[in-house]
Amino acid sequence: MAETNDLYKAAVIGDTASVSGFAALGLSVFCETAPDKISKLIHRLAANNFAVIYITEPAAMLVSDTIKKYRSSKLPSIVLIPAIEGNTGEGMRALHEAVEKAVGSDILNQKGA
Amino acid sequence: MARLNVNPTRMELSKLKKKLESARRGHKLLKDKRDELMRQFMNLIRENRELRAEVEAAIADSNRCMAVAGSVMQSELLETALLLPKQEVELDVGEKNVMSVYIPVFKPKYRTSDTSDIYSYGTAFTSIDLDGAVSSLSEIFPKMIRLAEIEKACQLMADEIEKTRRRVNALEHIMIPDYEETIKFIQMKLSENERSTTTSLMKVKDMVLKQSHNYT
Repeated sequence: MAETNDLYKAAVIGDTASVSGFAALGLSVFCETAPDKISKLIHRLAANNFAVIYITEPAAMLVSDTIKKYRSSKLPSIVLIPAIEGNTGEGMRALHEAVEKAVGSDILNQKGA
Repeated sequence: MARLNVNPTRMELSKLKKKLESARRGHKLLKDKRDELMRQFMNLIRENRELRAEVEAAIADSNRCMAVAGSVMQSELLETALLLPKQEVELDVGEKNVMSVYIPVFKPKYRTSDTSDIYSYGTAFTSIDLDGAVSSLSEIFPKMIRLAEIEKACQLMADEIEKTRRRVNALEHIMIPDYEETIKFIQMKLSENERSTTTSLMKVKDMVLKQSHNYT
């Protein structure tokens, strides 16, 4: 692929309180809470050389369909992170879903942590 | 099992035998691919789970500090402090081929190599909790990049495993039994034809003998 050597960017989406800290690291921070705006934002970022999009769990819940769309494409990688209100376990659930898809049953639960 | 709709001829029989052979070979290959994918996937999943727990804990820490910082500082000041970051990160994206699944590899590139450049503000008017929040985020950031990489890899591999499993099952439970049954059917039909030719020949021979020699 031709664009493999280009430099990509990383973005953070979520409510202001949860994501403002990431600005200091040099990530592009977007504060959005409306579902349609987040969804449009994700499409725009995906088309504009963003390789990684971190999104807070509550924001991700609003646009789960959009996130699912990008699940099977190589880029961007959309990663759920806990918001300031605390961890909802949504990110782990996505992991369990992947296991269930691949193995046929969720074997992570049986093994225990 | 459904028999394929073909003419019971020797031509079809040899064609089907060839097809069966390649189906068997494909089945074996795909099965190996599935097993290897599964092994790698399980390793990735394990790493993914540990990494996610770590990252989530660190972000929760940072969020706690941020909440405290937000409560002791005015929100405008807090916003201003983080408004203009000194540090900028870009990602060099490569790809790795794992059993013909192309998974992305991210390499972060920082604009400045100085680690203290994550503090985009003077320390005079900001709370120390803000420093804590930012530093714990910057510590975990390499792991967050790895998490992004590995989560994508897990998703892509889960897709591929599902596809491969379907193919293996289709070959094992549908294609190969169908071919076997059709081959058996053609062989039966051919030998039946042979027997019927033999019997009619015998019959004709009998008739000819009877006519010419009055032989019983």
